[in-house]
Amino acid sequence: MSAASFDGAVPRPRVADGARAGRTVRAGRALSVRVEGRTLTVCVVLLLLLAAVVSVSLTTGDYPISVPDVLRTLLGRGERADEFIVLGLRLPRVVTGLLVGAALGVAGAVFQLVTRNPLGSPDVIGFTSGAVTGALVVLLVLQLGGWAVSFGALVGGGVTAALVYLLSSRGGVQGYRLILVGIGASAVLQAGNSYLLTRSRVEDAQSAQLWITGSLNGRGWEQATPLGIGLAVLLPVLLVAGRSLTLLDLGDDAARALGVDVGRTRALVLVLATALTALAAMAAGPIAFVALAAPQVARRLTGAVGAGLVTAGLTGALLLLVSDLAAQRVFAPTQLPVGVVTGAVGGLYLAWLLVSQWRRGRG
Amino acid sequence: MPTSTPPRPAGPAPGPAPGPDASPLPTRRRRVHRPTALLVALVLLLVAVTASLAVGSREIPLGTVVDALRGAGGNAQDVLVVRELRVPRTLVGIAVGVALGLSGALMQALTRNPLADPGLLGVNAGAAAAMVTAVGVLGLTSRLQLVWAAVAGAAVVSVLVYLLGATGRGGATPVRLALAGTAISAALYAYVSGMVLLDTRTFDRFRFWQVGTLAGHDLTVVTQLLPFFVVGTVLALSQARSLNALALGEDSGRALGAHVGRTRVLTAVAVTLLCGAATAAAGPIAFVGLAVPHLVRALTGPDQRWVLPLSCLVSPALLLFGDVLGRVVVRPGELEVSIVTAILGAPVLIALVRRRRLAQL
Repeated sequence: MSAASFDGAVPRPRVADGARAGRTVRAGRALSVRVEGRTLTVCVVLLLLLAAVVSVSLTTGDYPISVPDVLRTLLGRGERADEFIVLGLRLPRVVTGLLVGAALGVAGAVFQLVTRNPLGSPDVIGFTSGAVTGALVVLLVLQLGGWAVSFGALVGGGVTAALVYLLSSRGGVQGYRLILVGIGASAVLQAGNSYLLTRSRVEDAQSAQLWITGSLNGRGWEQATPLGIGLAVLLPVLLVAGRSLTLLDLGDDAARALGVDVGRTRALVLVLATALTALAAMAAGPIAFVALAAPQVARRLTGAVGAGLVTAGLTGALLLLVSDLAAQRVFAPTQLPVGVVTGAVGGLYLAWLLVSQWRRGRG
Repeated sequence: MPTSTPPRPAGPAPGPAPGPDASPLPTRRRRVHRPTALLVALVLLLVAVTASLAVGSREIPLGTVVDALRGAGGNAQDVLVVRELRVPRTLVGIAVGVALGLSGALMQALTRNPLADPGLLGVNAGAAAAMVTAVGVLGLTSRLQLVWAAVAGAAVVSVLVYLLGATGRGGATPVRLALAGTAISAALYAYVSGMVLLDTRTFDRFRFWQVGTLAGHDLTVVTQLLPFFVVGTVLALSQARSLNALALGEDSGRALGAHVGRTRVLTAVAVTLLCGAATAAAGPIAFVGLAVPHLVRALTGPDQRWVLPLSCLVSPALLLFGDVLGRVVVRPGELEVSIVTAILGAPVLIALVRRRRLAQL
């Protein structure tokens, strides 16, 4: 079995395509970024869409507030009621969603590059199952709530991911081995999760189910702040490492020949991506599908050479915010958890995307 | 070393198997004698069936079990336990085991993806979605109605995944099938979690269905699903030769006289029938379909004419042993078989992955 047998759907970098070679923007000697016309356009469009979704999220709801009022409130000159709703409820939720979506999108892009598998996502290394197990143990066995749940998820996911790394490393972590060991670990954990759900009272089990679906309901600054700090530290490191990631995509030998320390790069970016996923899960629970879909969508939008971490992050944020909006409004007054909508929207969108690509004879 | 020995050719080394990972080139490992493997598997299955009939929370001596099976008298309660509980449970175990092992092996051959398992082509998601619809929307409750709903859901979704994967030029390639399955599964599981969050009754039913078990069935489930199991098995075994040819690649396969499209469709139909029936009968049992073909290939090599029949024996044996173990470990309670198989199977898979390159598909 070679890794190449199941990475066929990742579009190969179109190096020979002279028309989109892009140009290099330098800032000093240390930092240089290759900017490509189409990628830049896609990023700008994504940012505009994000701004539009954020303003819709801030202005609409049970208590509509006009755009000028929101702006005034953001500048600290709004009315008290507006202040409570915008700054206390809507803004932290939107910010949390933005950050969670971005974290998942970037983490997914890293996983797909390292495992060289279009289905690569934090799920494949067992992180999500481990996080759910941790949360279920806290919720159902220890009968605790609040921060203890997030902590349980972090411990569960972290321990699982570390175990999977250790078990799959033998002279360096290899993509396919990582995936297989992850599947094995997930199988055990999911069995344990189902067991925990059947052995508890139905009310407890259902509220646990709510958590493990992933939700932004009732998220505030206490979730958004640590997430924001974490991302501010991790994202720049990943973006720098992203350049060697692009070379990894050419294959281990080619990357080695170009001077990349393949083993160390892979281990580093995997740890960083797992940390991003952990932060996201602590804030909102394990939200399905964003990490899987966002990089795929981003890659097809840009058709870009390279890791596409930025576009994947923006796509993830947009996907999550739109889904959260739908989760709040479509079944109102029932507030569905956003995980339900990301799964539905992401799944259907990926299906549509695949079909339209295949119709055109690509991918 | 005597100098008269000619240097060995660089190709496949004869004699004892080279160490694991000795060479990145495909090397010919020494295989176990394949008829022996078949015989051992058969014996294992017989032992598993016996254990499944004889072991349980109620201790019944083997002699009494045999008497009960023959219809001879004895303690009425013992007879009842054996005939009404353990026999159906064992039969469900055999049918589901064969179906899971075969469909796993077929799927891995069809998608040429070592990770393929019944979850991949949307079968489990389809069954789960149909199940929550049946309970939550249609208000069905009887076990048999739910079984039929699950079969229907699995079938519809498999066809959908296949159609999606087959759009456009190039047809249903392995990666396309996997991607299509993932996309549709994600959407369906979202629907499932929405349904179970909105309705407590559906959730309560679903959380028990979600843990696959062989317990609590009567024989009607087996007899009703029997056509699915039989047709699926026959269809599966008939595709062995064509799948061997396709394993060489599409073009070589075609040159060897295999019909690429027909083989894919027939294999997919077999997988749907088998997994759909297995999931309907016992709920989703992860891991057996994934792990058994790997175990079997490690013994026999990639020849589907050996992999498929041997999977038919090893998989039910594994499932029944798991079920028996689940009855014993937490006495007087029980652990569902899906939990046991996952706990037992995962370390095996991990050890396999770590020890050597997986047997070539």
